[in-house]
Formats: sequence, C-alpha cells, structure tokens
Amino acid sequence: MISRGQRILFWALLVSSVVMAVVLLRMRERAMDRLLASAESMPLNPSAGRPAQNVTMMIANDMDGSLQPATQNLALPVDGNARAHVILQHLILDYARPNSKHPIAANKGVNGIFFMTLPLDPNQVIPGTEAIVDLSASFVAAHPSGIEPETLTLLSILGTLHANFPQISQVRFLVDGQQRDTLAGHADLTRVYLATDSPGVKHL
Amino acid sequence: MRWIEERRCLAMVFILAPVLAGAQTTPPPPPPPAPPPAQPSVLKTSPRFGVVIDAAHGGTDSGARLSDHLLEKDLVLTLSVRLRSTLGAHGIYVVTTRESDGAVPALNRAEAANHVGAAACITLHATTSGTGVHLFTSSLTQIPLTRFLPWETAQGAYAEQSLRLSSEFDSALTHAEIPVTLGRTALQPLDSFTCPAVAVELSPLNISGKVTALSDPEYQDRIVAALAAAVEQWQRDWRQQP
Repeated sequence: MISRGQRILFWALLVSSVVMAVVLLRMRERAMDRLLASAESMPLNPSAGRPAQNVTMMIANDMDGSLQPATQNLALPVDGNARAHVILQHLILDYARPNSKHPIAANKGVNGIFFMTLPLDPNQVIPGTEAIVDLSASFVAAHPSGIEPETLTLLSILGTLHANFPQISQVRFLVDGQQRDTLAGHADLTRVYLATDSPGVKHL
Repeated sequence: MRWIEERRCLAMVFILAPVLAGAQTTPPPPPPPAPPPAQPSVLKTSPRFGVVIDAAHGGTDSGARLSDHLLEKDLVLTLSVRLRSTLGAHGIYVVTTRESDGAVPALNRAEAANHVGAAACITLHATTSGTGVHLFTSSLTQIPLTRFLPWETAQGAYAEQSLRLSSEFDSALTHAEIPVTLGRTALQPLDSFTCPAVAVELSPLNISGKVTALSDPEYQDRIVAALAAAVEQWQRDWRQQP
C-alpha cells in the first residue's frame, strides 16, 4: 500500500521534471538565437583557411588629384561578390587611417556588391559584368563634399574593381539600396560608370 | 458709355480687318521685283560673346562647409558677383544663374545657360580638399553637334571645346602661381550645358605646408583676376575662329 505522502511526493517530482524540461528547451532555443545573431553580426572574415593573395588598390591622393596603385596581401573568400566586398572594405578602411591622403572619416563602408552578367537587354552593346556597389549611408555622410574628393572616391572604387575583376565593364552606385543623386552634393550617382572611366595612375 | 462706344468701334475694326485684308489679297499680287544679284558678304555679323557664371548650390543646399563661418554656397556667390563685375568692366556680356541665396535647380541653371548661347560657361564650386584650383570638364565623350541633343548629355557635343577652355584657365592660373589640378567628372548641370563649360573648384592654397584659407581676400583676388584673364584670352581666340 502506497502512502498518501509518497503519492504527493511522486506527483510533485513529476510536475517539477516537466517544468524543468520546458525551461531547458526554452533556454536552448534562446542560446541558438543568440548564436545565430552573433554569427550574422560578425565582421566579414574570409581569411579562415584561405591563402592570402595580392590585391591591387587604386589609392587616391587629394593633393595632386592622382590615383596610384598599391598592392596588399589579403585572404579572400571564394565567392566573387564577397571578394569584391572585402577588397572595397579594405580600400575604405585605408582612407579612414590618420595619415590618409584622401581622408574619409571611419564609417560602415560598403553594404554589399552584386555582380550581374550583361547584357540584360538584348539591345545593350556593352558585354561583360555590371557591378552594383551599395554604399552605406554612413559612408556618404562621412564623405567630404567637393567635386575632387567625390570624383576621386568613385574613380578609386572603379579602378580597384577593374584591376581585380577585369570582367566588370560598368558600375552603378546605390546608397542603402536606393538611388541617390550625388555622393556628397557633387559627383553624379545616377549615371552608369564604365569601369574604364578610371584613369589608372594618370592624373584624373 | 463712351467706353462702350469705343469698344464697339474696336470690335468693328477687328471684324472688318480680316475682310478688308482678304479683299486686298484677293487679286493676285504683282510679282515682286527681282532681287539684286547676290554680293559676297564682306562683313560677317559675329554673334555676341557671352559668358555664363553659375554659382553652385544655394538655399537649403549649402554645399561644403569650408569653415565654421563660411559655406560653399556663400563663397561661390561672392566670387560669381566679383567675376561678373570684372568681366563686365572689360565689356564682356555676362549672365549669372543666381544672384542671391536661393535654391536654383540644376535644370533651371542649364536652361538659363543654354538660352544665352554662351561662348563659355563657368560653374563655380569650393572644397576643403586638395590645394589650389581644380578644373573639371565633363567626362562625356565627344559626340557630333546636332540640332537636337539629349538633355542630360548635351555637353558631349562641346567636349573638345571645353577641354580647350579648361586649358586656357590652366594657363592663366599657373601664370598666377596657383596650383592647378585637371580632371573630368560627371556633374549636373555641367553635363547639360550646350557651351564650352568648365567647373572651377577652389580649395585652400597649400604650398610647402603654408596654408592660405579660401576666405583670404588676396587669394580670392588672384583667382578672380586669373579667371578673368583666361576669359579675355578665350574671347580673343573665339574671335579668330572661322
């Protein structure tokens, strides 16, 4: 014969077990959510396990209006879009350094780059790949205003993309996914730029 | 009542005028006298040499902040007025796109400039980056000059002339010992101008670490004098064109 006290103890233990199981499941879900969130917000770090390779950056100089090539050794991801993103992020990071000859305050840089194979329209005459560079609003807000600094930034991006992705024939610019008239009040962002618009090491 | 009478008379005139005119044209007109034989034109009437000065920005669009107390829109307006006065004193016809701190859309600026049929269009800007004066022409490639041009790329028909005008400014500024940077850019309303056009962007003078601010009156005088000299030289070249 089971005593009343034992029955009460049994049911109490059973209920507490169920409650603990529910709590543990909920905690596990929360831990998974936190893990996924932290993975998404991590900086783009493609270097894990990837060999470094030489990348050409076209570095702008405000004092003489020139673009000079500079080589950096970077570990890049396999995917073309991600690779271009990493290269441009490093380019913009260079401009945020204190001794930069084309200073742009620290900012989020580029949201992303997307490649599209041309021609999208059968009547289009330019073959190759179009790159859509989605600049961040913080980059635009931090950018100095003026024809020269804005033009140099665009040409620096064009030249860097062209040097590392020769298949790119034209480039469009967006800001946070939207079309915008100018970069910082001057250089036209509504037009499509040819990748060959960048004059390389020559003056602008 | 007199007013009504006058109106009646006027109405009669308007009603009868076409009838009378028709009556006059009813008989076949006599043949016009034979025109005199064509003479070779010795005196060619040359169009007026006009210059458009476009002070960039204005109104809520203040442009670059050049210092705590100086905005790009104000500096370029001041220089626009001074350059207009200097050129006017030399007998050059000048049209400006803005005379006050008001917002003027790029479309209106291009309309005003293109209406003049100017021999030179100068759009004035200023920045804190770089040194000296930056001269920019449109990055559009040369296209044939036709009666109708696409509005947003009309400057393409004047690309080569704009480069020559830029070279004129380059020479004058270099002569005034002001560093010059040459470049090409995509800029509105420059790309819509149907005239030889140059964007002149002023920046502080930085020579061997010695910086002269854009607000310096002597520096501004040198720039205005050099730009005026370039326009006068352009006028002389323009007159010699066939």
